[in-house]
Amino acid sequence: MKAFTSHRGLVGPMDRANVDTDMIIPKQFLKSIKRSGFGPNLFDELRYMDEGQPGADCSNRPVNPDFPLNFPRFEGASILLARKNFGCGSSREHAPWALEDYGFNAVIAPSYADIFYNNCFKNGLLPVILTEEQVDILFTEMDVQEGYQLSVDLPSQTVTTDSGHVFSFELDEFRKDCLLNGLDEIGLTLQNADEIKAYEADRAAQHPWVFGAIK
Amino acid sequence: MAGRTLYDKLWDSHLVKQNSDGSSLIYIDRHVIHEVTSPQAFEGLRMADRMPWRLDTNIATPDHNISTDKAERDAGVAGMADEVSRIQVQTLDDNCDLYGIKEFKINEMGQGIVHVMGPELGATMPGMTVVCGDSHTATHGALACLAHGIGTSEVEHVLATQCLVAKKMKNMRVTVDGTVGAGVTPKDVVLAIIGKIGTAGGNEHAIEFAGSVFRDMSIEGRMTVCNMAIEAGARVGMVAVDQKTIDYCEGRQFVPVGELWHQAVEYWNTLTTDADAAFDTEVSLHADDIAPQVTWGTSPEMVAPVTASVPTLEEQPSEEQRKGLQRALDYMGLEGGQAIDSIAVDRVFIGSCTNSRIEDMRAAAEVARGRSVAGSVKQVLIVPGSQMVKAQAEAEGLDKIFIDAGMDWREPGCSMCLAMNADKLGAGEHCASTSNRNFEGRQGNGGRTHLMSPAMAAAAAVAGRIVDVRTFTGGAE
Repeated sequence: MKAFTSHRGLVGPMDRANVDTDMIIPKQFLKSIKRSGFGPNLFDELRYMDEGQPGADCSNRPVNPDFPLNFPRFEGASILLARKNFGCGSSREHAPWALEDYGFNAVIAPSYADIFYNNCFKNGLLPVILTEEQVDILFTEMDVQEGYQLSVDLPSQTVTTDSGHVFSFELDEFRKDCLLNGLDEIGLTLQNADEIKAYEADRAAQHPWVFGAIK
Repeated sequence: MAGRTLYDKLWDSHLVKQNSDGSSLIYIDRHVIHEVTSPQAFEGLRMADRMPWRLDTNIATPDHNISTDKAERDAGVAGMADEVSRIQVQTLDDNCDLYGIKEFKINEMGQGIVHVMGPELGATMPGMTVVCGDSHTATHGALACLAHGIGTSEVEHVLATQCLVAKKMKNMRVTVDGTVGAGVTPKDVVLAIIGKIGTAGGNEHAIEFAGSVFRDMSIEGRMTVCNMAIEAGARVGMVAVDQKTIDYCEGRQFVPVGELWHQAVEYWNTLTTDADAAFDTEVSLHADDIAPQVTWGTSPEMVAPVTASVPTLEEQPSEEQRKGLQRALDYMGLEGGQAIDSIAVDRVFIGSCTNSRIEDMRAAAEVARGRSVAGSVKQVLIVPGSQMVKAQAEAEGLDKIFIDAGMDWREPGCSMCLAMNADKLGAGEHCASTSNRNFEGRQGNGGRTHLMSPAMAAAAAVAGRIVDVRTFTGGAE
């Protein structure tokens, strides 16, 4: 898995609450059997004026000039600044795949939907949780400062602005470890194979109907 | 020792290992697989040279992007018109064949929307942990399962290890007491709950639905409610075991018989919340306050009784909320203050993992019987949730009622709930829909979704606009 330690980069905005996964990557792109290539279709319905089709070249599509991430000043953004309950809706991992493929390394928001939040960590994308007040400060600074950059540091769990703010954020220790080290979670779990087998044997004795019915 | 909630009991009984870093290894009993979120997981297995941990835990079926059109379905996978979709369904077939995973293929009896199929086959039973690469997996919690959606990386994790690395959620109880009035359905109850707690109200929680309204509700109704727990932000929704749960399970294909059945029932009857158990969050509603619900906006929390009006900008307490409302109104083509029952509909969709079971089909048919679709309505899709629901509905003659009313009786699948196949809204079209999400573009680029119950959707089809099914007496226009 891709690791994340620290990142400094240009901030791009998604200034609305409850951004859902259909908005992040619309359903027609879920037909792909690959993990990559979703970046050009990130926020497809907001970003382009026409309807996107899977596999189609996006380079000549008419872009929506009013969509902030299309503004020249946000070109190359690698940190997405967002509002509360980001990533609500479906479990599609295509959402973090699209964000990562577009070039985002981190998202900063006051809260996330649970499944999306969990999916980010599997893909080297750091979802940072700051308070609404802190996110407001970042939006305000970004609005007035072209080329606005932030530094996100995972070991110290901080977001630092050039104006001198240092905001701390919380995350679970196991998620931090996996992300910092880019660990193969399946490999880690398989180190517990004996415990899993022992659990299964015990369970099969107690609740035998859970096993064997589906053939 | 303090009592335990149903969620505590389900969690404890599946705990393989508690890690020192705060995470836990949780055992997964049932893994439900469909075509959209599994191909990359199977590919991951192969790239790491791993095999599935256990085969008899998995059950698969295609549902998300298959056609609901009879002629195209009769042509099987090879006849799927959309080449990209065809490859995805073929990939599911190939992966299941390769590893020996039980799959109900595209036109096989048993095939259906994953969350309709699992319970109806008895593949999901009380006390199980159930996961699927789909956020509506909470549906199975109606059978007192610990069921939730996962991403594709976790699909691979479950395939390879039969476990998930997880952190225990908080306990939330949503209690609805009283008795719902005529015309008020499980869909209305869950929409009212979402309206009250909001689309993020259940974040980080597992919700148990309790109170007389859920006790009185059928198992299929409880599935409708648990299904939409995710629309309130909770990955998990569930209802405790009672006699209805046991009766529902008895005799289904994968449910044990004989001595094993009795053993199972004895255990299942313990799957209730202890009287002295504590919840982190408690919410309560009263049945008397719940009228048929309709969403008017672009998030399931943007919901109101059918007798109400669309909110106005003046009522909003903050600038952020005014902006959010204005954006939703612009997208939906509505005015603040407009009566909900003044909204005309262009299409109607009755189906989805929320509302495509036999009771839903019966409720819609009851309204459609002897009536005709309004001339202004372009299409009414009736999409049964599974081959078994379709067969049962046809045995009861419901298909004839729908067809006589001018509605389309389709083949089972997810269909216009997420519009991955050809069933979709055109830009600007309003849809009375029994599905679960009214997000922008969800049912088609530019489409405008109004979530409601099957009876309300059928009434909207006949009236050509949203109407209160409780007072609806209209016929053909």
